[in-house]
Amino acid sequence: MKLKLISGIFLLLTVLIVSCQSDEQVEFYRYYSGGSAIYQTHCQNCHGSKGEGLQALIPPLTDVAYLKNNKALLACFLKNGLKGKIIINGREFEGEMPADDLAPIEIAKVLTYVTNSFGNKMATINLQMVESDLKKCR
Amino acid sequence: MRKLILGIIVLSVLNACNNKQSKLPILGNREPVTKTVDGKSVVDTAYATIPDFKFVNQYADTITAKSLDGKIYVADFFFTTCPSICPVMHRNMLNVYKEFKDDGDFRIISHTIDPKYDTIPVLKRYADKMGITGNCWWLLHGNKGDTYNIAKSYLQTVQEKNPAGQFIHDGFFILIDKQKRIRGTYEGTDPKEVDKLIADIKILKAEPEQVATK
Repeated sequence: MKLKLISGIFLLLTVLIVSCQSDEQVEFYRYYSGGSAIYQTHCQNCHGSKGEGLQALIPPLTDVAYLKNNKALLACFLKNGLKGKIIINGREFEGEMPADDLAPIEIAKVLTYVTNSFGNKMATINLQMVESDLKKCR
Repeated sequence: MRKLILGIIVLSVLNACNNKQSKLPILGNREPVTKTVDGKSVVDTAYATIPDFKFVNQYADTITAKSLDGKIYVADFFFTTCPSICPVMHRNMLNVYKEFKDDGDFRIISHTIDPKYDTIPVLKRYADKMGITGNCWWLLHGNKGDTYNIAKSYLQTVQEKNPAGQFIHDGFFILIDKQKRIRGTYEGTDPKEVDKLIADIKILKAEPEQVATK
C-alpha cells in the first residue's frame, strides 16, 4: 500500500517535471537525439565521433563561427554535397563532400545535433527552416 | 586416478589461459616440405609468404618485395575518394604511424584499388594532407590486376566498382613479418583492434627470429 502511494507520488512528480519543460525544449531533445543516430550512420566515418575531422583531408565540425555564418546554407551542403575551398578553424580545406540522400526531417535532426555538439551551441534547426533553406539552394 | 587426470586437464587448461602470448601465430596456407639436412631427409612446414611485386609509391619510387626485406610491415587496401570505411581506417592507421614512424625497420603500405583516379600526384597530395612524411608509410600505385592479385596473398578480397560506382573492399590491416609471412589480421575500422595491432607489432619485434633477421 505504502509502496503504491510512493510510486504514485513519484509518477505524478515525473509528469509534472516533464510537462514543465517548454515545448521548445522537448522539440530540441527530439531533434537532437534523432540527429545523433543519423550522425553516426551518415557522418561519423569521415568527420569522426568527436567531430574532429581527419588531418587536412576532412574538415572538423568544431568551427562555431563558420557554422553560425553559414547556418542557412548547411541544409544545401548536406543535400547537394560541398566542393571547393573552405576555411575552417583558420585552415584551408579543399576536397569534396558527397551529396547524401537524406529526407528534410533527417537533415533538420542531424543539423540540430551537429550545431549543438563538439562545442557548438545553436538553437534547434527544425523541419520548417530546413524546407525553406532547401528552396534557396544554389 | 580419474581425479588426478581430471585435475591435470583442468590445470593445463587454466595454464593455457594464463599463458601470456609472447609469440604471434603464423597465418595462411601451409604445406609440408621435405628437406635434406645432414644427409637425412626431414619434413618441415612451408608457410605462405607474400610473393614478389612491383609498385610505385607517392614519391614515384619503385617499391618491390626487396624494399621490405628486413622489415615488419602492415598492409591495407583503400582509395582516396572512398566515402565509407577508408577515412575511419586511416584515422586508426595514423595511430600505428605515430607509434612507429621513427622505426627504420617498420613500414606501412597502403595499396590503392582505384589506380585510374589515384595517380601518383593524387597519392602524394593525400599523403601531404594526412601529414605523412618520410618513408614509413607508402601509398602504392600499380596495375589494377597486380593489386587485385596481391590482395589475395594478403587474404583480402577487393572487387571492381559495383553498379552504384563503389568499390568493395575489406577493411583489414594485415601484419607481415620479416620472413613475409602473415602474422595477424585486424579490422581497421575498429580502434580496439588497431590498439591490439600496435601491441602485437611490439610482441613481433621482440621475437628472437625477428630480432635476428636483418
